[in-house]
Amino acid sequence: MSIMENNGGSVIAMVGKECVAIACDLRLGNQALGVSSDFQKIFPVTDRIFLGLPGLGTDVTTLKELFRFRVNMYTIKEEREIEPETFAHLVSSTLYEHRFGPYFIEPVMAGLSKTPSGGFKPFIAATDLIGCLNFAKDFVVAGTASSKLFGVAEGLWEPDLEPEDLFETISQTIMNAVDRDAYSGWGCIVHVITKDQIVTRTLKARMD
Amino acid sequence: MASADGGAYSFSLTTFSPSGKLVQIEHALAAVSAGTTSLGIKASNGIVIATEKKTSSILIDDSMLDKVAVVCPNIGIVYSGMGPDFRVLIAKARKSAQAYWKIYGEYPPTRVLTQELATVMQQATQSGGVRPYGVSLLVAGWDINRGPSLYQVDPSGSFWAWKASAIGKNMVNAKTFLEKRYNDDISLEDAIHTALLTLKEGFEGQMTEKTIEIGIVTVPSAAELEEGKIGGETGRPKPTFRKLTEEEVRDYLAL
Repeated sequence: MSIMENNGGSVIAMVGKECVAIACDLRLGNQALGVSSDFQKIFPVTDRIFLGLPGLGTDVTTLKELFRFRVNMYTIKEEREIEPETFAHLVSSTLYEHRFGPYFIEPVMAGLSKTPSGGFKPFIAATDLIGCLNFAKDFVVAGTASSKLFGVAEGLWEPDLEPEDLFETISQTIMNAVDRDAYSGWGCIVHVITKDQIVTRTLKARMD
Repeated sequence: MASADGGAYSFSLTTFSPSGKLVQIEHALAAVSAGTTSLGIKASNGIVIATEKKTSSILIDDSMLDKVAVVCPNIGIVYSGMGPDFRVLIAKARKSAQAYWKIYGEYPPTRVLTQELATVMQQATQSGGVRPYGVSLLVAGWDINRGPSLYQVDPSGSFWAWKASAIGKNMVNAKTFLEKRYNDDISLEDAIHTALLTLKEGFEGQMTEKTIEIGIVTVPSAAELEEGKIGGETGRPKPTFRKLTEEEVRDYLAL
């Protein structure tokens, strides 16, 4: 059994029209045995960036704290909040520091980046467990249900979705994908980020 | 200082004199004041840093001398004081800029790099077996957050942001001259001329493209920024700091 599947869990992020969404399931398992249905894998980084950390449960907690530390140090030193692109590189280099003894996490991030003209541009990215960056224009997936998430997202996602439609699309995608994965599920959380608010909703799901 | 030679406190770098001074740092500042004049002026659309290049003999090949150094595509530094010390600091600055790039995928803002350099210089005032750096620096750079910014770093490790400043020989006169000439909406072209005029005040010998070195910071246009953001992920952003070529310096001197 792969260590990436030990605790289970999945994350997905999607781009919409001047908005982004990121969602995760809530399961924490010990192989096939379900342990918790309240294990969040997505964490706020700034007011406009969220980071999803699917993978080994212990590393989820460790990396959450590590990125909190590094982003706080950045914010103090630079006297400004980190931009999503910069944060993606920070995630990448942090993971690559452990190239030969990696954290068993495949991070997914979503945020809105400032444009030089003062507007906001949707940004999503994902990396593998040693920090190889994948910038996508549509959606990124990771975790034990990644193959299923890919399939459903390919079918449901379309360009320029408004925040409400993007919420519906990402919710349907993750709910249907995790139902086809024994290691993910037990409820979901969805965050939709727009330029003036963040909407967070908890979804009920099958408990088997 | 109790006596003319500096007294007992002038030897140990890390011992305060009863008046609260670290005498070695004052001596380092004296070394800076003995160095050639350098200056920096912040304009509305950029920054100019310039210095006088002096050789002790006409036999020296002055193409080897580099007093304005590029640290990374958006930051450049000029110094007054001891050349070898500057070389060491530049090597550290470049390394720090590349280390920053390795982590964040972009070059450091001027303020962050200046802070890093100031830390290096401060550490030389508090460590055993070393002496302070015998240089003052003028750090000029552009970044998306603060735009063009000009900093001065002293041997003590303290640093300030300036609209215009001068260091080295004649710095007092040069600063007075700059105070008279400076206004907030000066253009880069005007600033370059003001810089040359200020250097001329205390210049010994002939001002030529061989005895003057100039570096400029330019501010990218909105279109260039938008473009750079796209090319930023794969390509290289356009440099905002560059040294003027001898031909360009000659043209400015001719005007």
